[in-house]
This record gives sequence, structure tokens and C-alpha cells, in this order.
Amino acid sequence: MHELAVAQALIEQVGIVARQENADQILVIHVGIGPLSGVEAQLLEQAFPLAAAGSIAAAAGLVVEQLPVRVSCRQCGRVSDALPGQLVCGSCGDWHTTLVSGDELQLTRVELTRRGDGTTGAAPARAANDGVR
Amino acid sequence: MCDTCGCNVTHGNAHLVQPGGKLARTDDGRETVSVLRNLLHANDHTAAHNREHFHRHAVLAINLMSSPGAGKTALLEATIDALKDKFSMAVIEGDLETENDAGRIRRHGVEAIQITTGSACHLDAHMVHDALHHLDLAGLDLVFIENVGNLVCPASFDLGQHRNITLLSVPEGDDKPAKYPVMFRAADLILLTKSDLLPVLDDFRPENARRHVRELATAAPVFELSAKTGAGMDEWLAWLHREITAAEQRPTDHAATPATPATTPVPS
Repeated sequence: MHELAVAQALIEQVGIVARQENADQILVIHVGIGPLSGVEAQLLEQAFPLAAAGSIAAAAGLVVEQLPVRVSCRQCGRVSDALPGQLVCGSCGDWHTTLVSGDELQLTRVELTRRGDGTTGAAPARAANDGVR
Repeated sequence: MCDTCGCNVTHGNAHLVQPGGKLARTDDGRETVSVLRNLLHANDHTAAHNREHFHRHAVLAINLMSSPGAGKTALLEATIDALKDKFSMAVIEGDLETENDAGRIRRHGVEAIQITTGSACHLDAHMVHDALHHLDLAGLDLVFIENVGNLVCPASFDLGQHRNITLLSVPEGDDKPAKYPVMFRAADLILLTKSDLLPVLDDFRPENARRHVRELATAAPVFELSAKTGAGMDEWLAWLHREITAAEQRPTDHAATPATPATTPVPS
């Protein structure tokens, strides 16, 4: 059950985005999770309200997109679906594969409203990564 | 993967990148900001800092992970006894409660820093960072970080180690790599411990464990050993020796990047 720690890290990241974007309200938080990240989507959803309480995201919704496990075969070159505990090539069965999807644990999008700028004016397209340690 | 150049866009998440650019706005003033940043970014940042600290002192840092009771502390005790005349070592111990394991290590003449995590089921980079404030790395060759006994959560947190070692003890069963893929995928080396029990627990087949490991698409070596009888310890100690030598020769300007293993045998 490390999902609470992950939820707390998520709220911290959303806080950084909120400050950078001068957000008034955080409406929806989107995360993408692959099974090989070691984080259970359902447990993260349960932990989220506990971590969000008292933060700018306290009233925000959480949308978890579960991403598929896919591998690229270094022998036959094909990309195929795989199971988390069976990362062999779905085409030729070889184990020399590279994971191309399935271990993601990412904050993908934040839906927000901005402080005092109503519905007019374009927001400065600052990189969300700027100014972060 | 970093969070800046776009290499964090994978086959799996590419469709999550907002069409039409990083910012999209609807008529009601709602905006969507695309981020694509690892949720554990803060942990990873501190882990890189820890790794740099180890590098500066040419210290090899090894993170030991396994389920509770797989023999991490017993392995450390046997390893310390075998190597303490050659190398200078210290141990960071992670447990929910008690200083029992740190006490066991100290009785072998090696400094041990105990982290008690309370209810936390894993160590994270911040805990290790705090522990490093109590540990003088000058003159050390090797630091073992004994993670909290748990085959799930510790795998998700980079601590700043150079190598991850996962132990699988014979009583646990040979299918654990298939059941806990996140943990075994994270390992640079897998040790099948308590091999002295193989004759009585004959449903554990090392070749099955190896097959399950390969099916996770990892080339990590798998060694069998018994810390109790000493069987198989030589192979493990030789691996460790090579890694320590590689750490001593590692250029310090590559501090923040995890280096490739000193030996990468690729079994067929």
C-alpha cells in the first residue's frame, strides 16, 4: 500500500502546476498508469481524497487511465501486447524484448481555471517543467 | 526518462498528450495543461542527489529487496564476515519497527544506521538521504541499503543506489518472479537464497525460477546460495568484487546517471 505516498507526490506535483499556471481551481487531474509501475489504480483512487484534503486539488476529480503492456521484440522486430508477468514476444515467443508501454506512472493533464482572467486572453504557454527543482 | 525532451512520451501514453498543444481552453474558462511528468519526480530528484553523493566518494550503493524473512540480514552478515578485511562497509537498515537488524550488523563490526519507517512499507530516497547525514562515506567502499521486507512497494522507489538486488528464498516458491514482476524486473541481480533447503523443499526448481525471470525480459544473472552453509557464496562475492572495482573506477562526472552493470552476461 504505497499508493498513499504516490497520491501525496501527485498532489505535490499538481500544486507546482497550479502555481506555475496561476490556477484558481483544479477541476480534474488525469494520470496514466501502467501495470508495471507497481501502482494499483483503484488503490490510488481511494488514497487520492486523503492526500488532496486541504490542498488546491481538494475538490478535484481524478481520472486514471490504465495503459497497456506492450513489448517490442529485439529478435523479430514486432510489437505485441504482453502480460505484466510474461513480457515475451507475442509473435515469436522470444524473451529478448523491450518494454514500450506499461510502466508509466505519470501526471498527464490538469484541467483548471485561472485566477481572475475569466474566459478571455490566451494563457502564456510556459513549460510546466520550468522552475522546478 | 526525463520530463523535458519528449522521451517520456511512450506508445502507451502518446494519446494522452493533449491534441492542439500543451494548453487547450474551452469556452467556460476551463483549461487543460498537459504535463507528462513522472509522479515520483521529487523522489527521483532526491535519489539522483543520493547517487551523486555516493559517486563523489566512489562508494558502491546496493539496494537489497525481498519479502520479509528471505534472508537479507543473514546474507549481509555472511558477506560482511567474508569481505570485512578487504573492504570498508556500512549498512542502512529499513524496518517498520525495532533496531534488531542494525544490532545484528553491528555485532559483525560494521556501522549500521537504522531507519524505522513506522507504517511505511518501503524506503524512499528522502529517508535514505536523511540516513546519509548520519553516515560518513569517506573511506567506505560499499553501502548496503536493506529495504523493508516487501515484494511490492520498494520496487517503485529509486533510492540512489547503483544496483538493485532481489532475493528469492526457496520456501517462497519458484513462481514469485511471475507473481511480482515489478520487483523482479527492477533487479540487476537475483539471488535464490536458502539453497540448503532445496533437498527438502523439492517443489522449488531453480530452473523454473530462472525461466520466470527471463519471461520478464531481463538478462539479470540468477545465483543460488546459502548464507548458512556458504554454498554459492563465492559467485556472489565475485560479482560484488567486480562491482566495487567498477565503482572505484567510475568517473565522477557521470554522477547522476545510473551506470551499466560491470558484467552483463546475457544468457540465451
